[in-house]
Amino acid sequence: MRRYYFDYNATTPVSPEVLQAMVPVMTEVYGNASSVHHFGQMARQRLDDARRQVAALLNASAEEIVFTSGGTEADNLAILGAARQGHAITTAIEHPAILGAVAQCSSSTTVPVDGRGLADPDEIRRALRPDTRIVSVMHANNELGTVQPVAEIARIAAEAGVAFHSDGVQAAAKIPVDVRALGVSMYSIAGHKFYAPKGIGALFVRKGTTVTPLFFGGHHERERRPGTENVASAVGLGRAAQWAAELGGEEWTRLGSLRDRFESAVLDRIADVHVNGAGAPRTPNTSNLRFDGIDSEPLLIALDLRGFAVSSGSACSSGASEPSHVLMAIGLTPEQARSSIRVSLGRGNDAAQVDALVDALAECVAHLRHIAGRRTSFSLSVPEQPDLTHVPAH
Amino acid sequence: MSQPTDAVAVAMSGGVDSSVVAGLLHSRGERVVGLTMQLWNQRRLPDLAGDRATGRCCSLDDVYDARAVAQRLGIPYYVVNFERPFEEQVVKPFIQEYLHGRTPIPCTLCNNFVKFDQFLEMAEGVGARRMATGHYARVAWNPDNGRWELRKSADQAKDQTYFLFGLTQDQLARTLFPLGGLQKMQVRELAREMNIPTAEKPDSQEICFVPNGDYAAFIDAYFREQGIAPEAAAGELVTSGGRVIGEHSGVHHFTIGQRRGLGLARGEPLYVISTDASTRRVIVGRNDELLRARMGVKDVNWISTAPPSAPLRAEVKIRNKHAAASASITPGADPQRVEVHFDEPQRAVTPGQGAVFYSGDLVLGGGWIE
Repeated sequence: MRRYYFDYNATTPVSPEVLQAMVPVMTEVYGNASSVHHFGQMARQRLDDARRQVAALLNASAEEIVFTSGGTEADNLAILGAARQGHAITTAIEHPAILGAVAQCSSSTTVPVDGRGLADPDEIRRALRPDTRIVSVMHANNELGTVQPVAEIARIAAEAGVAFHSDGVQAAAKIPVDVRALGVSMYSIAGHKFYAPKGIGALFVRKGTTVTPLFFGGHHERERRPGTENVASAVGLGRAAQWAAELGGEEWTRLGSLRDRFESAVLDRIADVHVNGAGAPRTPNTSNLRFDGIDSEPLLIALDLRGFAVSSGSACSSGASEPSHVLMAIGLTPEQARSSIRVSLGRGNDAAQVDALVDALAECVAHLRHIAGRRTSFSLSVPEQPDLTHVPAH
Repeated sequence: MSQPTDAVAVAMSGGVDSSVVAGLLHSRGERVVGLTMQLWNQRRLPDLAGDRATGRCCSLDDVYDARAVAQRLGIPYYVVNFERPFEEQVVKPFIQEYLHGRTPIPCTLCNNFVKFDQFLEMAEGVGARRMATGHYARVAWNPDNGRWELRKSADQAKDQTYFLFGLTQDQLARTLFPLGGLQKMQVRELAREMNIPTAEKPDSQEICFVPNGDYAAFIDAYFREQGIAPEAAAGELVTSGGRVIGEHSGVHHFTIGQRRGLGLARGEPLYVISTDASTRRVIVGRNDELLRARMGVKDVNWISTAPPSAPLRAEVKIRNKHAAASASITPGADPQRVEVHFDEPQRAVTPGQGAVFYSGDLVLGGGWIE
């Protein structure tokens, strides 16, 4: 069976050029980047090159890049490094890495989003308090692809003298990112979302912004992240950033038209489909679709058994019984949230694959709606109606 | 591309039985899809948790085991979430039944409303019109009367037909019980031959979502989670003569036939005779007061025979470990209700339990004891 991957927001394969850059680092440039000798210096040089490449993707300076183990650590470092003892403001559709970290702060305010998935900057402004230490609003949402008005919110935070962080894990290397133009104090990225390996990410920390480390040990990463540098992975991240900076524009245009081709074909061929997050600016590769009357769980499995890998939201919460907090936040009912799937495109996809996915979707959705349509209660009745609001009265 | 409907969905619990089912079907060349039902969130009711707790369904270990078996066999495998229907249609009615002074069978509720209903629908949705489970039972088509028949398993000690009396013809038509003709020892042997990682895993014994089989503690913990004061279920302990001899902390702590200390007058053992949910009284009495010659059975489902219009003879089982007793079954005006008259009075006929009608190893049907 041929298999097709449509879950690039969950993770991506390591690209050939990234792998090519990494292999010699693992086998030949194996020194500890903190060592004084030649081996260490060679590793340090690769690490510095990688840092410059990452900085270039974001329009940052190299010394503003802190390598981390990934997006979760970058998000945690930003929130807890700046605001553990204070008030944090965030939105209802953040990644669990933000929501979980914010829950560790002294207090927090979660700002709602509208039906398109966009936060209202005025709501952020109203949530500011004298003890607010950080505002964190994701750049692009992982499930919907919606792009937030980050620059506007950053201005509000700056006026209040509060640090502003943006989780850019789903935005970096998918849309242009300029941390200067956006005005963010901190910005998170994760390598495996754009063809670098898992286990490497980075936090941009603007000069003058203080973060206290999460870990304790050596003096690495300018006292912000101790631990022997993961040089090979950092080199991979740097090479992936370079690819995105040089060729990303073309690829994003290609993915945008593939996504539009996919959505218009689905809307054309399948009835009662809605695009979640429609009407907001979106990353070019992400499509979140709602198929009324069916459950995404069997749809996802049926597609997988035919060789098509899509997602029912974020991979981080799959297997959970709770509907997606993101889809609930944009006003969907639990049933609507449970009838939604996410298709996220990437370098391996082409028009033929997208067309094959549309065919499979049309058949699976029709099959599932047929089953749902003839659903009748052919079983025995439950012995007693489940009503536990009170125990039997006298 | 045609809709692939020829696959078989195997309900994999992570135990040896369903693992062997997957292995058997796979070796026969069937296209097998392994599915594990996530039924209950073990992070709930934390005061029940403990390292030594047993009988915990859907633990990460069970999912790990089921996945390991699927990987070993090289079959597609998924965890599917049924926590909501399980709570609504199994756990809540289970508790509600206890609060109403009855003794429920959650396994039958799960079979009727989750496993052979919503799971079967899920299986069809993913492209598997048939499902297979590790139940010890046999199903076969009888061309003479045009019905799917349910029979006891070859391993009499493991037979699980008592829990399957709610299955409809449509459900049976799409269900495979590949272990029905095997002895449990053979199943373990097959597991070893197939190098199935769960070959030596102990059998599960208890209600899957109730740790250590302590259902009363489960209900109390569920009350606390839902903000219901456990005292709300407390009441009096009364003799069959009407004398109050003490207090109890909830009717759900009692099942009919259970021994409750000694009678004061003659020092003879006292047993729970009945519980009255409306007054929350638990009535105790002598062992011989537990004997009943007749009972009403409701919501009857006829399996291997059409609904009878005249009285019929059968062996009737009133709980899983009960030795089926000869009885006459008389249909009433309501086609889903029958009167059962035992030839010999039976001890502890318990409302809420199932009554399953057999003719030899053939399951005629069954319903709920009133």
